[in-house]
Amino acid sequence: MSVVIKVDNLSKSYRLGAFGKSSFMNDLFGNKRESEENLFWALRDVSFDVMDGEVLGIIGKNGAGKSTLLKLLSRITSPSSGSVKIKGRVASLLEVGTGFHPELTGRENVFLNGAILGMRRSEIASKFDEIVAFSGVEKFIDTPVKRYSSGMYVRLAFAVAAHLEPEVLIIDEVLAVGDAEFQKKCLGKMGEVAKGGRTVLFVSHNMQAVQSLCKETILLESGTMTEKGSSHMVISNYLSRTTKEVSGQYWDSPEEAPGAEGVNFKSVDLILPQGADFVDVTTPFGIKVNFWNQGGNRRLNLVVRLYTMAGECIFNTVSECHEFENGEIEGVCKVPGDLLNYGVYSIMVLIVKDTSRELYELHDAIQFEVHDKRSNQSWFGDWPGLVRPKMEFGLKKIN
Amino acid sequence: MATEENQSSNWTTVITPQRHLFDIDLKGIWHYRDLIWLFVKRDFASIYKQTILGPLWYFARPLMVAITYTLFGAIAGIETDGVPRVLFNLAGVVMWSYFATCLTSTSNSFVANMHIFGKVYFPRLVIPISVIISNLVSFSLQLLLFSGFLGYYMLFTDSGVHFTQYALLFPILVLMMAAFGLGLGLIVSALSSKYRDLIYLVTFGTQLFMFATPVIYPISMIPERFHWVVYLNPMTAVIEGFRVGFLGNSSFNVEMLAYSGGVIALILVLGVIVFNKIEKSFVDTI
Repeated sequence: MSVVIKVDNLSKSYRLGAFGKSSFMNDLFGNKRESEENLFWALRDVSFDVMDGEVLGIIGKNGAGKSTLLKLLSRITSPSSGSVKIKGRVASLLEVGTGFHPELTGRENVFLNGAILGMRRSEIASKFDEIVAFSGVEKFIDTPVKRYSSGMYVRLAFAVAAHLEPEVLIIDEVLAVGDAEFQKKCLGKMGEVAKGGRTVLFVSHNMQAVQSLCKETILLESGTMTEKGSSHMVISNYLSRTTKEVSGQYWDSPEEAPGAEGVNFKSVDLILPQGADFVDVTTPFGIKVNFWNQGGNRRLNLVVRLYTMAGECIFNTVSECHEFENGEIEGVCKVPGDLLNYGVYSIMVLIVKDTSRELYELHDAIQFEVHDKRSNQSWFGDWPGLVRPKMEFGLKKIN
Repeated sequence: MATEENQSSNWTTVITPQRHLFDIDLKGIWHYRDLIWLFVKRDFASIYKQTILGPLWYFARPLMVAITYTLFGAIAGIETDGVPRVLFNLAGVVMWSYFATCLTSTSNSFVANMHIFGKVYFPRLVIPISVIISNLVSFSLQLLLFSGFLGYYMLFTDSGVHFTQYALLFPILVLMMAAFGLGLGLIVSALSSKYRDLIYLVTFGTQLFMFATPVIYPISMIPERFHWVVYLNPMTAVIEGFRVGFLGNSSFNVEMLAYSGGVIALILVLGVIVFNKIEKSFVDTI
């Protein structure tokens, strides 16, 4: 295993403000001090190594510097200071279908796009049938792409990209395109690429994709690299930090609150037991939901659903159902300790009429993290399982 | 420390803020030669898709221009050194329009391809080079038009039009025009990535430049004491060289051509250097 990408104190600054007469004057007379003040550091002193065959995830909020990092790595722009050293051919997919020309046919565009991505003509020709088969637009390959549906367009574009065979592949969010079936196909192809021993850098907002494809992940926060390590650890750290920002939601009046058909949420809150300021796997906690009913007398109840960040539903639980007049209604769902495994969860709340008609559902009402706790254990590896209930589990000598 | 230095010699790509002035990625351009060819094909195919006359439009433009100047020349009484007026103007216009389109389309390289440049890396010189080549397609079609007229005048009239040995210089003249258009275009495109004003100036400037070049008038019309101004212009030798080769009559000598070649080479080198310097960061400024 050798280092194939070496990033050394990489920084990139942009000049703030518009270009105009003053920037022209600065160019002429080199007013250095003034420009120093107007600098914005999109990336500052980032250093990391990527080993041969490693699949590295890059996560961070919008504006954290992910795109800037990719642009520097793929040579679209050059750094303000620091350096990047790369071994082998690099292909970067910051977008699918770069350079597609609407007037040209699918066939012509495959060749053009392939060449833009750095493939030789002969290389494209030898993979042409495979590319077309993968895209599933065989019938329209000799039609100008301006007549394509957007789905076909994206499929053809991704098919070209998927058949690149560089030593280093840089990918930005291309999975966010196409329908569910095609996305699955893309993820499969990505996994194949990753397993094929190629080095891949993968930037995404899709934590599930990053976690399942990348062993290691780096976290960028306002231009600096704040964490690098196993994807599981970095992602849950990152999410828990963002969780703190959304530990409850409140609305002042029904007019500005989310809702429909005469029901509006007032608040959704996480309730911790006395003395606790976070939830671990043994902590019982509550989910308190307040809402306004303005639809007159009717039978209402609440449903609470708990999801993992990957979108799997852990449970779905239903409250009592009562007849209510107009006014504020409160429901508390008590979740016992020793039920959930550690991880980050998201709660969906649903208001139901007559135990059958859904009036309004609020997704991501709260996101929170359940921390790990192992008091009587000396083992600290990954604890598998979607839930972690404490069972009666005896053990004795019988003869 | 020693091992690290050994390792660093195998890096294929090293990205740093500073780049050497003459560090031009010729190897990269060679690797992307297929892309150059595909861009040429794209330009050719896309322009005339959904037109009925297709490439015939290549003929129409220079012909219109030449006819306009011919009428204008006849009214203004411009001398043509004894060459039929239409032929004289067509020769000038066809040659000039190749240079002019090379210049204007290269100066647009950064701005017109901003979208592609912002998403993927390939040696940026690929674009201007492909533009020069795809303009060659229209140029050769226009030459065909010119040779039609030339053939007519040589065979069916008593105009005294004839080839001279200078016709053999033709490939060199084309190369010079391409190099000059490319060089100037690169300089303009590099500067216009920041100051968009230049793009508007270029079309206007090219037009003015044409009137400063003996395209629609012969050098003999210029008063003797201003000749040095005309000879200072590197395009003069190109246009005059073409006329002397194919029409047999003009003021041309090899020293003029050598001088032009020198100036053009200098401008091309300057253009490539400036372009190369700007290309790595233009995405931020555009």
